[in-house]
Amino acid sequence: MQTTDKPPLLELSAVSKRFVKPLDIAMQIGNLLGAHLREEVVHAVDGVDLSIMQGEVVGLVGESGCGKSTLGRLAIGLLPLSAGRRSWKGAPLDGLPAERARALQLKMQMIFQDPYASLNPRMRVIDIVGEAPVAHGLIHRRQQTEFVGLQLNRVGLDPTLMRRFPHQFSGGQRARIGIARALAVKPEFLVCDESVAALDVSIQAQVLNLFDDLQSALGLTYLFISHDLGVVQHISDRVLIMYLGRIVESGLTQQIFHAPNHPYTQALLAEVGKVEPKKRTFVPIKGEIPSPLAPPPGCHFHPRCPHVMDRCRVESPPLVEIAPARMSACWLNATAG
Amino acid sequence: MSEQADAMGAKGRPEREYRSAQREGDPVNVKPLLEVDGLRTHFFTKAGVVKAVDDVSFTLAAGEVLGLVGESGSGKSMTGYSLMGLIDPPGRIVGGSIRLRDSELTTLSAEGMRSLRGNRLAMIFQDPMMTLNPVLRVDRQMTEAILAHAKVSEREALARSREALVKVGIASPDERLMAYPHQFSGGMRQRVAIAIALLNRPDVIIADEPTTALDVTIQGQILYEVQKLSRELGTALIWITHDLSVIAGLADRICVMYAGRIVEQGTTEDVLTHPAHPYTQGLLDSVPSRNPPGERLRQIPGMTPSLLDVAPGCAFRERCTRATAICETMPDMLPAPRGGEGHAMRCHHPLAD
Repeated sequence: MQTTDKPPLLELSAVSKRFVKPLDIAMQIGNLLGAHLREEVVHAVDGVDLSIMQGEVVGLVGESGCGKSTLGRLAIGLLPLSAGRRSWKGAPLDGLPAERARALQLKMQMIFQDPYASLNPRMRVIDIVGEAPVAHGLIHRRQQTEFVGLQLNRVGLDPTLMRRFPHQFSGGQRARIGIARALAVKPEFLVCDESVAALDVSIQAQVLNLFDDLQSALGLTYLFISHDLGVVQHISDRVLIMYLGRIVESGLTQQIFHAPNHPYTQALLAEVGKVEPKKRTFVPIKGEIPSPLAPPPGCHFHPRCPHVMDRCRVESPPLVEIAPARMSACWLNATAG
Repeated sequence: MSEQADAMGAKGRPEREYRSAQREGDPVNVKPLLEVDGLRTHFFTKAGVVKAVDDVSFTLAAGEVLGLVGESGSGKSMTGYSLMGLIDPPGRIVGGSIRLRDSELTTLSAEGMRSLRGNRLAMIFQDPMMTLNPVLRVDRQMTEAILAHAKVSEREALARSREALVKVGIASPDERLMAYPHQFSGGMRQRVAIAIALLNRPDVIIADEPTTALDVTIQGQILYEVQKLSRELGTALIWITHDLSVIAGLADRICVMYAGRIVEQGTTEDVLTHPAHPYTQGLLDSVPSRNPPGERLRQIPGMTPSLLDVAPGCAFRERCTRATAICETMPDMLPAPRGGEGHAMRCHHPLAD
């Protein structure tokens, strides 16, 4: 991969995202009359550090509502940060002049989850894929047909279909259109947000192979967001496990899957279905992911954790290095070490 | 409603109103609980006839879990809907028979079907937000299902609803009965949907991708509850899914569907360890966790065919590496070359290494 002295392609330091639901007028009047209503604040992402090297595939795993999609959107600047900094190849990304910021924005693209909802049903494929490169002056409008043809070819679609509308394609083909659209502006970094979740197994395998091929052909870097551990294990070099807005464990894919450290990771991995024809007894993790509106104090996982101690209920464990390139946030490591 | 002697009482704890395999004096295990034979459900659209279910046959014994596996558009959900009598025009069951114990369901009147549905046959759908009525409280939705089929007091119905919620692992059931569906999380809603399906102790529950919309940890919880229930109550289960890993740990037998037909069936063990049909093998190969990490996945080329005007012969031949000229004729359902009893497939060139 890369030498370590090179700055990471994208670095997020202590980024947070809070969504605030302000008080409406009735609530404000209520407060004047003595009701104690507060604004509702969701800490979707809470002080996350993340650095991604060029050419790396980083998997981000978590249950729905844990903030993984929000983190993906923060990473490429689709959502403004509430706190923290972003830098690209060592240079800060915030407070840049508009023109420079726009040029850099093109380097980061996103592939969305739902191939049905993320394509405009009223646009033809040629416009879906070819609009952005023309608008950003990467190509001239006269070159659009030829350019879109090349892009479609690259993702394994027949260029003669470019005058069609999205509804005329199958789910797998739409996923390819979404990929072609993201690649059309020549990005270096792609956030794939559950990009294969909506596809059938046989089509999912095709699209995963396509991601693989494109990475080697174009030297892309991926942040691969998924709840499917099998997919993440297959595609990622490194994995981050997220729970309720915080990273609870990170490390190389091999390490995480062979020796999970955090109790949450262990529980998640126990749920990975293996295609083995053995009647197995399903042993569930207790409880559900708590509401991010009122996260439990201390370690967010403690109400569901089988190893919970008194300390977990009050103090939040920091994400510490437990082995080279391996981080985990659990008090069990503090007592054991 | 006649209360029969509790035949399974020795096995499990005696259940009130338990409908066992010996209902109506049937000898146990002589006949399967559900027999589907040559079922055809076609949709007559302007563009042509869509053969969503085409010559599907399988049997289900009491307490058995049958996995119906296939990709979208393979007809697996339509098979489930056909069993429930939920096919709307332009669709229609055009042939075959569905026998639940002694009654033939395909010729049953709408009224007769209505008395079975939710009573002896129940269905759990994929999206629990769509199945639960958003403007009715859970207690109303549950008691309604009981009162429609049994002459009991509302108080009795409420008690049974509460019991069903406890059974699917819902904490503080009394409060939950008074809540509306939007106050539940996705996993909780699916539990409520399962509890509703269980209310009348059906013989067969058809579950159509019930855990697909849920997180893995929640999926684990739901599978745990379902497994426990089918073991304790002896309810037969048809589990429709595209996820082979779920079915591998849950089902006794598997039917693999492709383009409206069952292409392979047998015990879970046989189908997953000695797949005979190239499509089954391809599906298994596509699962990422069965491939060495970092290497290319072994993919099936092409995509599932449109069910409109399927060419005669094997529907998989366009994507199959083993296809030859003979594949233009439809292969019969034959015993698989390797594997045990009841392992059958529809292929001219089965895998037999």
